Amino acid sequence: MSAADMGYDAVMAKKGEVMKSSVGIDYDAFKTGPVSFDYEGMMTKTGYDLERVFEIQSETAVGNTPLVELKNITALVRAVSNPGKGGRIFVKDEAQNPSGSFKDRRASVSIYEAWKKGYPGVSAATSGNYGAAVASQAAKKGLPAIIVQEAFDGRGIAQPEIAEKTRACEAYGAEVIRLSVGPELFYVFLLILIETGYFNASLYTPFSVLGIETLGFEVAKEIKEREGRFPDVVVATHAGGGNVTGTGRGLIKAGASDTKLVAASVDLSGLHMASDTDFNRKSFTTGHTGFGIPFATWPDRADVPKNAARPLRYMDRFVTVTQGEVFYITQALAELEGMERGPAGNTSLAAAFAVAREMGEDEIVVVQETEYTGAGKHPIAQLNLAKRMGIEVRRGNPKENVPGVRIVIPEDPSQIKAVDVDLERLRKSYYKNALESIEDREKITDDEIRFLAEDTKTTPDCVREAVGLK
Amino acid sequence: MVKEGSWVEVHRIVLEPGERAPQVPEDTKKVPLEMRVKGYLNDDAGMGDEVEITTAVGRVVSGKLTAVNPPYDHGFGEPIPELISIGREVKKIIGKEGDMRRRGR
Repeated sequence: MSAADMGYDAVMAKKGEVMKSSVGIDYDAFKTGPVSFDYEGMMTKTGYDLERVFEIQSETAVGNTPLVELKNITALVRAVSNPGKGGRIFVKDEAQNPSGSFKDRRASVSIYEAWKKGYPGVSAATSGNYGAAVASQAAKKGLPAIIVQEAFDGRGIAQPEIAEKTRACEAYGAEVIRLSVGPELFYVFLLILIETGYFNASLYTPFSVLGIETLGFEVAKEIKEREGRFPDVVVATHAGGGNVTGTGRGLIKAGASDTKLVAASVDLSGLHMASDTDFNRKSFTTGHTGFGIPFATWPDRADVPKNAARPLRYMDRFVTVTQGEVFYITQALAELEGMERGPAGNTSLAAAFAVAREMGEDEIVVVQETEYTGAGKHPIAQLNLAKRMGIEVRRGNPKENVPGVRIVIPEDPSQIKAVDVDLERLRKSYYKNALESIEDREKITDDEIRFLAEDTKTTPDCVREAVGLK
Repeated sequence: MVKEGSWVEVHRIVLEPGERAPQVPEDTKKVPLEMRVKGYLNDDAGMGDEVEITTAVGRVVSGKLTAVNPPYDHGFGEPIPELISIGREVKKIIGKEGDMRRRGR
């Protein structure tokens, strides 16, 4: 290829064909209309059912993590709740997976697929735990891996959490391409896929989401075995949508259709995800609203044509918590339960703490993940960076928290609140994005409306009303 | 002089400020998109030279030689005063602090 063919515009124009060859899925085969597609068909025709995924994961020591009842955290919830209130909190200790997070579940099926289909290697565009998971699973299968990260700002200051991920990926033998801030990371990623012919271990393929179904399934099954009933609530940290989607699907497959699934994100409102100056003004690089909102309102913004992660299909509630609240609960988890984890995985624990206060004492809430912690990837490292960036860090009421300006660590656990995101508003925003290509609203077919209803866990009538067809 | 076969990092500008994607915010448009990659140095070279390296997966990448055996310097840093007392506070709330003292912690 000539230099001109490798320029930004030329390479971005090849996105479709590169994705087709690098993930091996013909997405057009599932298209049923301008907006709609056969989602379940796409999920089932990839060749892996739940049983097969369990087999693949057990081959590489993924999953079957301990389910731990957090009795001291529950006691803390009850100490600040009304009499009779304070649900029991359990956590699935996903940090016990080979690379230290639930992302090993996502990576396992993708790497198996790449290996089975004979790809010469795997690559993923990710700055988070997923990179380490891909590198770790690839190491087990003897496949080379390239991880492309957004790692440092224009001044060369690396985000400590991502620096730790660089180290972890390199420890597993991967090549890590570290980039400065910007969405053109995707351009570099495409260049790598073109040059190497590697498999794109995208976070958004059916393989990736099917890998998480085992987590939802295990949570439901293990609580049922121990307590004789399914959990009342499961809380999942939400970013790109795969965690919520896979967990929701796994719960349903286990028969826990009545379990309420709560998505939780760290509130980073006001910070621009593509801004060089905002890059190091945030203490969380994932599990935050900067991904959580856009991926809920338009899943198909992903690197593949149809995103298998469709969180509005599965979430019953979506809440946000602040950075300071997550740091507080991370410290409480370490000192009350002897589990040093997170911090990003503890976003759902902070939310569960608030949610449990509204629940009866006999009710059960499960936080479905923890993640490993260590140098760089720790509240101490994150708060030291925040202070260096001039962000105020203090104890107080988390209501005074301002992303990128002030991190307020609660003075008392009763101050931890889960702030509801309006799902109706998110659905409307999703419909607007989905229907952008259809100018004449009257031409929208019933099939399209039905798809939109399924994709947002609502009814066709509600969709018609929301898009002004009624 | 850096010896051939040394573990090094190279740096390259992928996109100059004027070449950034149209959707990036103004502050990001003002800076280039930079890339850093590590690998084994293909030939003896001096710091700052344009060199070729062979990465962990065997890919050959060119760029300016910026570091030899680059350290992992991320860490924890100083303890955070705003976090230190949380454990004591929450133990007091659930009454465990007293238990521990009675046991002669």
